[in-house]
Amino acid sequence: MAAEASAALPPLAARWLVLGEWRAHPARVIIGALAIAVGVALGFAVHLVNRTALDSFARAISTVNGAADLQVHGLTPAGFDEALYPKVARLPGVAGASPVVSLAARHSDAGTPEFNAGNGRQRITLLGLDGLRAASVTPSLIGMPINGPGRASGLDPDAIFLSRAALAATGKKPGDRLSLTAAGHSRSFTIAGVLAGAGEDQALAVIDIADAQWRFGQLGRLQRIDVRLAEGADAARVEQALAAILPHDAEIVTARSEAQRSDSLSRAYRVNLEMLAMVALLTGGFLVFSAQSLSVARRSGQFALLRVLGLRRRALVAQVVAEGAVLGLIGAGVGIALGYGLADLAVTLLGGDLGGGYFPEGTVHLRFPPLAALAFAALGVGVAVLSSLLPARAAARAQPAVALKASGDATDPRRQPRSWPGLALLAAGGLAALGPPLFGLPLLGYAAMALLLAGGVAAMPFLARMLLAPLLRAEWPPAIDLALKRLWGAPGAAAVALCGIVASTSLMVAMAVMVTSFRGSVDDWLVQILPSDIYLHVEGAEAGGLDMAAQARLAATPGVGSVHFVRQMPLRLSPELPAVILSGQPVNAADPGARMPLLGDPVPVPAGETAAYISEPMGWLYGLAPGDHVTLPLASGKQRVFVAGVWRDYARQFGAITLDTADFERLTGDASKTEAAIDVAPGASVSAVTDALRARLPDQLRSQTMFAQPRQMRAMALRIFDRSFAVTYALEAIAIIIGLIGVATTFSAQTLARAREFGMLRHIGVKRRQIMMMLATEGALLGLVGVIAGLGLGLMMAQVLIHVVNPQSFHWTMDTRLPWGLFAGLVAALVSAAAGTAVLAGRKALSADAVRAVRQDW
Amino acid sequence: MRLLALVFLLLLGAAAPASAPYAVVKPGVALRFPADHGAHPQFRTEWWYVTGWLKTAKGEDLGFQVTFFRTRPPIDTANPSAFAPRQILFAHAAISDPATGKLLHAQRIARQGFGLAEAATGDMKIVLDEWRMVRRADGRIATRVQGRSFALDLMLAPTQPVLLQGQAGYSRKGPSPAEASHYYSLPQLRVAGTLVRGGKREAVTGTAWMDREWSSKLLNPAAVGWDWLGLNLDDGGALTLFQVRNAKGGAVWAGGSLRRADGRMTVLGPGDVRFLPGRRWRSARTGATYPVAQVVRVTLDGKPRDIPVTPLFDDQELDSRRGGGPVYWEGAVRVPGGRGYLEMTGYQSALKM
Repeated sequence: MAAEASAALPPLAARWLVLGEWRAHPARVIIGALAIAVGVALGFAVHLVNRTALDSFARAISTVNGAADLQVHGLTPAGFDEALYPKVARLPGVAGASPVVSLAARHSDAGTPEFNAGNGRQRITLLGLDGLRAASVTPSLIGMPINGPGRASGLDPDAIFLSRAALAATGKKPGDRLSLTAAGHSRSFTIAGVLAGAGEDQALAVIDIADAQWRFGQLGRLQRIDVRLAEGADAARVEQALAAILPHDAEIVTARSEAQRSDSLSRAYRVNLEMLAMVALLTGGFLVFSAQSLSVARRSGQFALLRVLGLRRRALVAQVVAEGAVLGLIGAGVGIALGYGLADLAVTLLGGDLGGGYFPEGTVHLRFPPLAALAFAALGVGVAVLSSLLPARAAARAQPAVALKASGDATDPRRQPRSWPGLALLAAGGLAALGPPLFGLPLLGYAAMALLLAGGVAAMPFLARMLLAPLLRAEWPPAIDLALKRLWGAPGAAAVALCGIVASTSLMVAMAVMVTSFRGSVDDWLVQILPSDIYLHVEGAEAGGLDMAAQARLAATPGVGSVHFVRQMPLRLSPELPAVILSGQPVNAADPGARMPLLGDPVPVPAGETAAYISEPMGWLYGLAPGDHVTLPLASGKQRVFVAGVWRDYARQFGAITLDTADFERLTGDASKTEAAIDVAPGASVSAVTDALRARLPDQLRSQTMFAQPRQMRAMALRIFDRSFAVTYALEAIAIIIGLIGVATTFSAQTLARAREFGMLRHIGVKRRQIMMMLATEGALLGLVGVIAGLGLGLMMAQVLIHVVNPQSFHWTMDTRLPWGLFAGLVAALVSAAAGTAVLAGRKALSADAVRAVRQDW
Repeated sequence: MRLLALVFLLLLGAAAPASAPYAVVKPGVALRFPADHGAHPQFRTEWWYVTGWLKTAKGEDLGFQVTFFRTRPPIDTANPSAFAPRQILFAHAAISDPATGKLLHAQRIARQGFGLAEAATGDMKIVLDEWRMVRRADGRIATRVQGRSFALDLMLAPTQPVLLQGQAGYSRKGPSPAEASHYYSLPQLRVAGTLVRGGKREAVTGTAWMDREWSSKLLNPAAVGWDWLGLNLDDGGALTLFQVRNAKGGAVWAGGSLRRADGRMTVLGPGDVRFLPGRRWRSARTGATYPVAQVVRVTLDGKPRDIPVTPLFDDQELDSRRGGGPVYWEGAVRVPGGRGYLEMTGYQSALKM
């Protein structure tokens, strides 16, 4: 019987031990479980939202693509020669080929577009299809005539079929007229029916291919060929045969490569959000650690008794760990439910990308993924178990004889806390920060942050002594002196109280420094790239914008000092990566930095070569540096250009290439323009010139053209920036609140546990007021130490974010800026919270009769 | 008189505008060959329609049908796009196998162009993806079609001269002289080739009938359907019989022809042909009831003669409603002293134009 009892506690005893403790201190249990719950909830919510957004994005893509087996895409919106179509159709293994004209269109009743990112709703993807071919390749793109089959047909040049999303976006119904503008041409149609198979997500419009070519200036061109493979055909061989006949301005796209592209579109952003959520979970882990440490310390007598009665160490460890696991389980369960609710709320309020701007179109449908829920729950339980392991082992290690006699801080104040584990972890973190990205993600950067955090927390006892040592040398009033001595003598207890607050403070500081630096750099960059008075942008003009005549008319507008016309078009350089933006703009060969925020000096261009200036992300993604060459697949053939410089760009995460206007027109054969930067003549009014410019625009482009001034554009850009970081701010705030709650509970618990000490102090003549003073000082000092450590650690981690995580995930760099105001607020909040809690707890501890307190404290 | 062509016009939304400048069918236009074997793109619709009986090596009797249609939609001819649907080609093929008890069929459709879908003028040469119908220099016609459940690769050898229907190829379809088509047939075609069913290839031989017809206006507004019968007689004769029905089941128009083995030609008018309903078969699939064993009363040389028709099997119905098409019956039939194909339309619901 005794031998059995020693192996493990009988279930009843185990339950009694846990429940007894929890009944005595329900708040602490709740806080611990809540910390885990919040961490799990955030992680799960962010994961859910990301996954949902990605799913709906993929669905939107497959809606437009009509689920063809594979596709040929043009590398630019100009598409490729239609002569490819019969060649593709005749390939062995191809059962059906459906030629497609695909244009970005706006419906003309949408009014003048506003200069902001929210105008995705006015955009409609206009597809020109050969309905007879599409019927067997992409049947979901075939319109259902509203009058029943047999009436209007896909051949009717006046008929347009809309997806439900497009009907909703235009506010029209079948039978109405709809006017669309695309590629600089406007044309109106009768809505003949609905694309029933196109899903709810995508604003799609389908017309006949011949009319699309004719009316929208696409004669002889296709943007896409959808391919259905013959049954049993080997997809790889068909792809190979297809690749052999492909012109240089087209590429093969499969569901796989498309998914990868959409994945890489937002991967870094999603991973960063998930990491932030994990950080919240980690903070929760520290709180569980605090709670468990305290509860173990308080029950050391109980545990000692059990040990004396024959319970083995392993069983004791198992008991404490099991407590943690139960705590984690409760937290995880609540967290999963909370996370689902949170995700639902976030998706409803902010949209599928939490305001990040990565998934501009389409609605999002939330689903519950059981596997992911299980994984996050397991993570929560795991964190709780791990956080309980250390206190459990401490409890098991304690000498039963010593512990039976006295509870509380059993460490000898004369022993110097060890510094090397913390320093080693910090050093490891520093080393990890130097590592390269793994799988295109800054995983080592995150590992570095975790190591720094762990190192910082581990070094806390040592650090607390180091910070307090100078104060000890001075003369202080007794209350303050007592506080200092107490903290100095029991750094382990201080560390336990502090680890949560250090973790959350440092993480918050790191994020805040990064965001401040980023915002400041973006602001500077905006000032640099927007030197002109008026900016003009033709919306949805990828396939054609302002022609030469229109440019001349605009340039001749009275009041215009000078105009810089810009042509931008997307260009796909890699099937796995989203398109880069190729732009043609006036570049001063002698001083290319004049209108471009160049990083470093441009290199001289060898004679006979074409200079290209690439953006910073472009250089990272394609491994390009000044002096390298890059080949551009353009309509005129493959063109090799010389990388003469790199410029800072925060706008196009997937890269941009700038050519001089003359080079751009020579290589692309495209002299139309999509953008213009206008400087007004001295004395001219900006608004008057804007009106005059608008009046001189070609009629069909007027509704597509937006005007803006640099001030507006800067404000808009920063608004978008703040919106995309809104979630980051929210996560930070949650982390700090958890930290504060942790400090409050830990500190009050520690204070309450010291009732006997306070009784003793009262007995030797210390006044009640002095004890309160002592506690306030202790709290303030503890808060101060925590905040200083958190700040230092946070600044270190911010450098990892700025110099490792950001360049590796978003491929841009920034200059460090410090948010001093936030730091000051943080210090004040933490110090006063710690002192306040200490005083409140002290008042409660002192309310008991001093004599009784000395006799018994538990 | 072939239903699918009309359906197909309907599908393309081409039924409405009468203003399109189509060529008009007129009497007294002499047909010239081989040019008239080729396409007539200025007319609204046209077909190359082959039906017949096949015998496999094992001795099974099968019916088959291979048809290519051409139609010219009423579009804006100013559109310079190579995709402008100036001509649409459509092809349909079916196998009637009594062992299966229903039809196997397949189809192709495309707008003409890019060499993928072409109906040549000058001689018979029609390409629609991998489907073909090409007249060779020696006069034989090679055709190849391929569906999911079967494939046919046949050589059709004429054994008789061209049979001009109606008045030297001008064939009336209704009371108005404008309701007419240019119409000739190639009966008694000797067939040899291969049939692939369920992945198995087998040699087949047989006898077939080709109808060539082009027109811009076919049907009288009162018509709701029709019956058409083309029979290769065992003695080498060729008998064509048809009627256009109104809503009451009466004949809006009827006609046909008999060419005897020695080449003597008799043109049959509305008074010479009467379809008398015989045994009826009800389709469980569509609920339509077809007079699958009609008796046709033909007045030849002033003497009425009844020709009882027996189907190869009852369920030779085609339900193309899912593709927006009609329900009709088209299958292999026997008559005493001959074999051929019967088409019956408008029995499930009236054909609306």
